[in-house]
Amino acid sequence: MKNLKQLAYKLRQDVVDMIVNGKGGHIGGDMSVMDVLVTLYFKEMNISVDNFNTKDHDHFIMSKGHSVESLYAVLAEKGFFSREQVLKEFSQFGSLFIGHPNNKLPGIEMNSGALGHGLPVAVGMAIAERMNKSHNRVYVVMGDGELAEGSVWEGAMAGANYRLDNLCAVVDRNRLQISGTTEDVMALDDLIAKWSAFGWHVINVADGNDIDQLQKAFDEARVVKGKPTVLIANTIKGKGSSVMENKAAWHHHVPNAEEYEQIKQDLLKGAEEN
Amino acid sequence: MANIANKQMICEVLMEAAKTDKDIVVLCSDSRGSASATPFFNAFPEQAVEVGIAEQDLVGIAAGMARVGKRTFPMSPACFITARSYEQCKVDVAYSHTNVKLIGISGGVSYGALGMSHHSAQDIACMSSIPGMRVYLPSDCYQTKKLMEVLVKDNEPAYIRVGRNAVDPVYSEDDTPFEMDKATFVCRGKDVAIIACGEMVLYAKKAADLLKDKGISATVVDMYCVKPIDKAAVIEAASNAKVVISVEEHSPYGGLGSMVSQIVAENCPKKCVTMALPDAPVITGNSKEVFKHYGLTAEGIAKKAEELLHG
Repeated sequence: MKNLKQLAYKLRQDVVDMIVNGKGGHIGGDMSVMDVLVTLYFKEMNISVDNFNTKDHDHFIMSKGHSVESLYAVLAEKGFFSREQVLKEFSQFGSLFIGHPNNKLPGIEMNSGALGHGLPVAVGMAIAERMNKSHNRVYVVMGDGELAEGSVWEGAMAGANYRLDNLCAVVDRNRLQISGTTEDVMALDDLIAKWSAFGWHVINVADGNDIDQLQKAFDEARVVKGKPTVLIANTIKGKGSSVMENKAAWHHHVPNAEEYEQIKQDLLKGAEEN
Repeated sequence: MANIANKQMICEVLMEAAKTDKDIVVLCSDSRGSASATPFFNAFPEQAVEVGIAEQDLVGIAAGMARVGKRTFPMSPACFITARSYEQCKVDVAYSHTNVKLIGISGGVSYGALGMSHHSAQDIACMSSIPGMRVYLPSDCYQTKKLMEVLVKDNEPAYIRVGRNAVDPVYSEDDTPFEMDKATFVCRGKDVAIIACGEMVLYAKKAADLLKDKGISATVVDMYCVKPIDKAAVIEAASNAKVVISVEEHSPYGGLGSMVSQIVAENCPKKCVTMALPDAPVITGNSKEVFKHYGLTAEGIAKKAEELLHG
């Protein structure tokens, strides 16, 4: 597990480089969700370059599609494409590495970017996999600001109605969105009560940037029967550097040279300490 | 075979296909009755999904299922499945390239007196402008059968709009010329080209009969494939006529008339008139009353042709 924690810091540096080279990107949410993605792709999910084009693999939807840079960094580490290629081509003219996930790229199943789409799609995948009598599981990561979209709750109702215990959602609860705090923009709390009332098994992950806590939660989700599970992953937006942490202005922001150096040092330090 | 509503024919084709293709799934949003899909839900409960009154969910779930190998047919009123779910149609279906056939039932002004909330006079425009989305408006149950027999087997996204009630057939059980994505020439003439889609094709055909009695010969083109539109058929029909009339149960903007006018203007410029619903909430009435009010009838089309030809 120690290596995965270090990997999360290393991949954060890839994200920063991608955003600096591409001159844009949603850096704050990339940093908050990175530990969730690393846990999913390197511990929890059965997805690999070898099985991705077969019927035998788990499914992943990045519903908060604007955090695509973190997904690119993880998929490159998984071997779906080269790290050098994505660092060089992200957001460049004619590139497939656009600012939201698209399934022309290997390793990505569904296009996203318009918020509130991922959960209904994941519900559909989970229903289909159950029809197929498959053991494949379905995972979807949503932003917390995204939960203001009504379609999320349509999907939540359907997931519980169909008792989809092969479905696990994660809310990246970093409490910030582009205009400010989620509670100021459109209050979300009590999220545990809301998802519970919708019929989901809810796991509150106290530190959603802690890979050990996340893996424990995913383990619990696997044994829950008769209902889908949602992890409320309490994360820190901009996690990894004091320059960015808990600052709404870093929802999307390109670091200047000075900020870049500070972030780089902070991420190296974070990797060493873990 | 008795004449049945196009939506009922869709259900019959799906039931026949579902016997052997276990990946076919029909989804409804509390719309199985109005979609004539109740027999499918009863016969194939394991291949049917109810999502409740949630059209965004309907299309998103259909797309997710398709991504995992299902052939999905969400069926919901045309007004809702295209407008309420538009972004899901765009992103989850077309952009993500999932094998979803969106079935818009009770399209156009089928719901008559229920008003503008239930009319779909924008669906051709909005669905046709999505890259990768095909748009079909079959004219009768026989053509619907032929179309659906192709669509249950192919792997591309499409939107199919049909009306609420059974309509008099344009073709017959034994004689329904059909080639996928090629318009059907119902009759050929040299004075006026009438290009229509959906339920308007029957009125165009009847208009040609009325015009014949007055010594005017008309070409009638059944453009059931609004997208990809059969450009060659438009050019052929228009080139051989003095004037062109398009007829559709849709807004005058962005529908069949807009597409026909574009093609004619670019390839064989001549007078081209769009007959459509008004750019306004339509008058209260059942669909036949509404059509009559706006001249979307055999008599109305024939009158328009005469005016254009004789001034």
